[in-house]
Amino acid sequence: MNESLLRELVPAVIGVLVRRGADFASAEDAVQEALIRALEVWPDDPPHDPKAWLVAAAWRKFIDATRAETSRRGRELAVQIEPPTGEVPATDDTLRLYFLCAHPILPESSAVALTLRAVGGLTTRQIATAYLIPEATMAQRISRAKRKITGLSLDQPGDLGTVLRVLYLVFNEGYGGDVDLAAEAIRLTRQLVALTDEPEVAGLLALMLLHHARRASRTGPGGRLVPLAEQDRSCWDTAVIAEGVAILQAALARDRLGEYQAQAAIAALHADAPTAAETDWVQIVEWYDELLRLTGSPVVRLNRAVALGEADGPQAGLAALADVSPDLPRYAAVSAHLRERAGDLEQAADLYAEAARAAASVPERDHLSRQAARVRQILRPH
Amino acid sequence: MKYLMLKHYRGAPASVNDVPMDQWTPEEVDAHVQYMRDFAVRLQGTGEFVDSQALTPGGAWVQYGGEGRAPVTDGPFAETKDLIAGWMVIDVESWERAVELAGELSAAPGAGGKPIHEWLEVRPFLTETSKFNE
Repeated sequence: MNESLLRELVPAVIGVLVRRGADFASAEDAVQEALIRALEVWPDDPPHDPKAWLVAAAWRKFIDATRAETSRRGRELAVQIEPPTGEVPATDDTLRLYFLCAHPILPESSAVALTLRAVGGLTTRQIATAYLIPEATMAQRISRAKRKITGLSLDQPGDLGTVLRVLYLVFNEGYGGDVDLAAEAIRLTRQLVALTDEPEVAGLLALMLLHHARRASRTGPGGRLVPLAEQDRSCWDTAVIAEGVAILQAALARDRLGEYQAQAAIAALHADAPTAAETDWVQIVEWYDELLRLTGSPVVRLNRAVALGEADGPQAGLAALADVSPDLPRYAAVSAHLRERAGDLEQAADLYAEAARAAASVPERDHLSRQAARVRQILRPH
Repeated sequence: MKYLMLKHYRGAPASVNDVPMDQWTPEEVDAHVQYMRDFAVRLQGTGEFVDSQALTPGGAWVQYGGEGRAPVTDGPFAETKDLIAGWMVIDVESWERAVELAGELSAAPGAGGKPIHEWLEVRPFLTETSKFNE
C-alpha cells in the first residue's frame, strides 16, 4: 500500500465532509478514524477507488459520532444521513485547510500538529512519536487547537506567512520516528505551490529542496555535525539542487522578492560552489543585505557577519559583529569562528567553549566542544 | 520546547512552608498527593505533559572499577548530597509558560494546607536536531 497516496487524500476528504454539512472538528476526527482504519485494512484489501472508500468510511464515522452525540443530548439529528450529491473542487478546500490549521491565533506547536494531521494525513501517534511526546498529550493538543478555531469559517482568507512558517518548522524538525518530517514538509509545500500563485511559496520550496539535497553530508559518523566547508560535496543530490535552483529562478523572475526567496538564493550559491573555496561570498553578502532589508532580523545580521568575514576577511566580519546583540544564540559561536580566522586562538578557544555551553541542540554542543578542543590542541606546546 | 522541572529531597533552598511531610496530618498528605495528580492530569488536558517520575532517596554512587574488576560503589548518599526526588517533563510554547507552570506546581499544599513554596529547578532540554545555518 502506498501510504503517501493515502495521506494525500486526507485534506480533500475533510473538505468533502465539510461541504456536506459537517463541522471542521468532527469532520477531521472522522477522517482521522477512517485513515487509521484504512491503514489496517488496505494492505490486505486495497479498494478500487481509494478516495470513495475514504469518504464513505469517514462519513459513516461522522454519522455514528453525531448520532451518539445527539442521543446523548436527547436532540434531533441535525445532519442529513444521506449525503447531498455533487462534488466541489477539492483544491480550494485543501488550500483553506492550510490557512485554518496554521491560523495565527494558534500556538505554533498546535498549528504544526494540526497541519500534520489534517493537511498531512499523519496519525496522532506518528506526530506524537516524531515530537517525542505521549500520544494522549498530542491528542489533547490537537483537540484544543480545534476548539480554538471553532466558529472560524473555512471560507475566510488566511495568513500565508504563518502557513509558510509552520511548514518550515516541520522541515527543520527533520527525521523523527517512522516519518521523515522534512520530506513531509516538502510534499506539503509542493502541494501549496500548486494551489497558490505566490513566489514566496515557491521560494520556501526551493529553500527546502536546496537544504534537503545536502542533508546527508551534514552529519558524519555517530551523528557528528559536519560544517559546510568540510562537507563531502560529492554526496550532494545534484538533481534536487537543480530542481531547487530552477524553482527559485522562476520565482525570482516574478520580481516580488521575499525572505524565503532570499534565503534560497543564499542556499543556491552554496550549492553551486564546486568547492568551499570557490563559494561566491560577495554575492552571498549582497543577498544578506537584501534579507536584512526585508526582515530586519538580528539573526540575519549575525549570519551576515559570517559571510562578510569570508568575503572581506575576518576583521570585516568582526567589525560587522559589533552591530549584533551578544545575547543572540550562536553569537559566541560566530565570534569564535571569526577570532580563530583572525589568528586570535586563545580567545577563539574560550569562545568556542562558551558557545558549547549556550548551544540549543546536542549536535551543536558536541561540535562546538570539539572545536574548542581542536583549537586548544593547537595552542598546547608540543 | 521541552523543560524539566526538578524536585529535590535536599539541596534546594529552604521553602517557605518548610515542614517535612511526616509531620503533616494524613489529610494534608492526601491533599498534597491529589494536587500533584490533578496538576499532571490538567497538563495532559492542555497538551503539555510529557513525563513524570519519582525517585527513592536510596541508591549509590557507581564507578567503573577498571579492566576485569567489578564496578566501585559508594553509598548510601551522604547527608550533604544534593538529592533529586523526582521530575516532570513538559513541552510548552515558551520559557515564560514553563516558569508559570513551575510556580503552580510549587504552590502544592503542605502543612496546614498552605502552599509549600518549594523551590523547583527548571531546565531547558537540548534538542536532538540542529537547524540549518549557513
